[in-house]
Amino acid sequence: MTTASLLVLSAFLFTVGVAGFLLRRNALIAFLSIELMLNATNLAFVAFARQHGNLEGQMAAFFVMVVAAAEVVVGLAIIVAVYRARRSASVDDANLMKF
Amino acid sequence: MINVLEIQAPTVEWMPLLPLLLVFGGAVVGVLFEAFAPRSTRYVLQTGLSILVLLGAGAAVLFQMADLEPQTIAMGLLSHDGPTLIFWSLLILFSLGGVALFAERGVGDGQSAFASSASAVPGSPLEREAVRLRREHTEVFPLLLFSLLGMMLFASANDLITLFVALEVMSLPLYLLSAMARRRRLLSQEAGLKYFLLGSLASGFFLYGIAMLYGYSGGLTLTDVAAAIDAGADNYWLLLLGLVLLAVGLLFKMGAVPFHSWVPDVYMGAPTPVTGFMAIATKTAAIAALMRVFYVGLGGASWDWQPLLAVIAIVSMILGAVVGLSQNDLKRLLAYSAITHAGFLLVGIVGAVEPGEGVTVSSVGAVAFYLLTYGVATLGAFGLLLTVRRSGGEANGIVAWRGLGKTNPVVAAVMTLFFLSFAGIPLTAGFVGKLAVFSSAFQGGFGWLVLVAVILSVVAAFFYLKIVVAMWFQDAEDDSDTVVVTPSLWTWTVVLVGVLATIVLGLLPGGMIELMNNFSEFIR
Repeated sequence: MTTASLLVLSAFLFTVGVAGFLLRRNALIAFLSIELMLNATNLAFVAFARQHGNLEGQMAAFFVMVVAAAEVVVGLAIIVAVYRARRSASVDDANLMKF
Repeated sequence: MINVLEIQAPTVEWMPLLPLLLVFGGAVVGVLFEAFAPRSTRYVLQTGLSILVLLGAGAAVLFQMADLEPQTIAMGLLSHDGPTLIFWSLLILFSLGGVALFAERGVGDGQSAFASSASAVPGSPLEREAVRLRREHTEVFPLLLFSLLGMMLFASANDLITLFVALEVMSLPLYLLSAMARRRRLLSQEAGLKYFLLGSLASGFFLYGIAMLYGYSGGLTLTDVAAAIDAGADNYWLLLLGLVLLAVGLLFKMGAVPFHSWVPDVYMGAPTPVTGFMAIATKTAAIAALMRVFYVGLGGASWDWQPLLAVIAIVSMILGAVVGLSQNDLKRLLAYSAITHAGFLLVGIVGAVEPGEGVTVSSVGAVAFYLLTYGVATLGAFGLLLTVRRSGGEANGIVAWRGLGKTNPVVAAVMTLFFLSFAGIPLTAGFVGKLAVFSSAFQGGFGWLVLVAVILSVVAAFFYLKIVVAMWFQDAEDDSDTVVVTPSLWTWTVVLVGVLATIVLGLLPGGMIELMNNFSEFIR
């Protein structure tokens, strides 16, 4: 596999993530889409690391995984608190403040 | 291929890292206090610890400023140079203000602005129980320190992955803090949710930008990126894509248009002390990182990013000034004001003037001075927002502030001073800040941008004057139940520092500008 084909796959996954975030209403699915974006980035990092022949990209992928895990802790706490208060995890229902 | 045996143990310079270590240690000890100290002693312990740690870190930064030797530290991951120290000292100063506002208990029936039990469902028996027992979340102080740690790292990172980790360390505590208001908890939780989702999206883009820059240069430090640009590496599109995506993440944290949609909602929903802290500290950190990344890492490609940032500066100033005019809530109004100020600051950054012969004020010096003047006034203004209340809660609507000049001239006069400084009226610090930023952009050859900015700063002055007119020239409604509560010494200190700094820096700015100019050279 060449770097180019890996990059295309990574860009495709990233786009799926962005589209999922923008189109889906459930906060959990939106959050899941963000995780997909981060993992698409990991693929790009690893592909470039293979191309350049150094370890920095692979190391970056590990850092991203750790940060993503930390983000899950905070994100789920907020989503669960909102769900328990409103009985709904839809991002469209969180509309008390507008323009 | 890499031989594992060749890998050497890293060396770490501990003394330059001292301010970071102090803040981190303080935050960790704060978490231990939460685990082991009895509930009744926590407030005193946490406020005392936070203030001590911040003063210690501030003193360490000042000592380092007196004897500065620019260098990259921790294996080239962080840079320890003039701008690092300037922005560290600003961040520590703003955090001191933040801690003081967090600690304010005098206005809300002897309790802080944070929820009794943030995890309890609003209106549930569990929440009523926590309120009855007068519980408080003192975790907010360690959260502030963790956030400050991220901001300080963000301002000094010389490596793209360090930059990403710092971005998250600074943001995650802020997401939580935004969702912890005592009153109007649904609004507050909504603010937390919006901030979190949009913030994570922006950091996703930011990270993809880092991956692209890595692909372009084959290294993760800013030095590698700069070297690759100078050498004219292949695949220039990777650099452009990386540059734009990286800018998305940084401009989001700054709250510049078109990445501003979170700003009004989060400012409005978050507890007022958090808004005050976040408004200025996040902006300072984001701008410090933006300047370092774009000047040091991407300086060779400045022809590609200067027009981009100039356009974003203009739309930020226009949108903030125009939409701000139609706002009736003071916190939302200050949010749009923050968007406008992000535009003004970008004007200075676009100019990209380095210190040298014949330069009156460099970009870094001008922007740092602007942040100082904007920061002291912002913290003071949010402190005053805490004091004007009706039926127990804060009264943030403009209606509640009508006629305040007659009923409480002191609060009205101080608020007027802050607003005049935001608007950039001469003899206030805000005027000198704007002047410095605009003149550095002018020196950088962006005269047309300065012209646009001057015109828009006149437009933006309108909505500050709207509040001033409401306070002094309109009468309060007959059934108005607005009361001005006298806050404790915490808020008074913040307000007093804000007033003194706004006046003194407005009348005698020379020394401070010169000081900041002396510390405005990035290490490359």
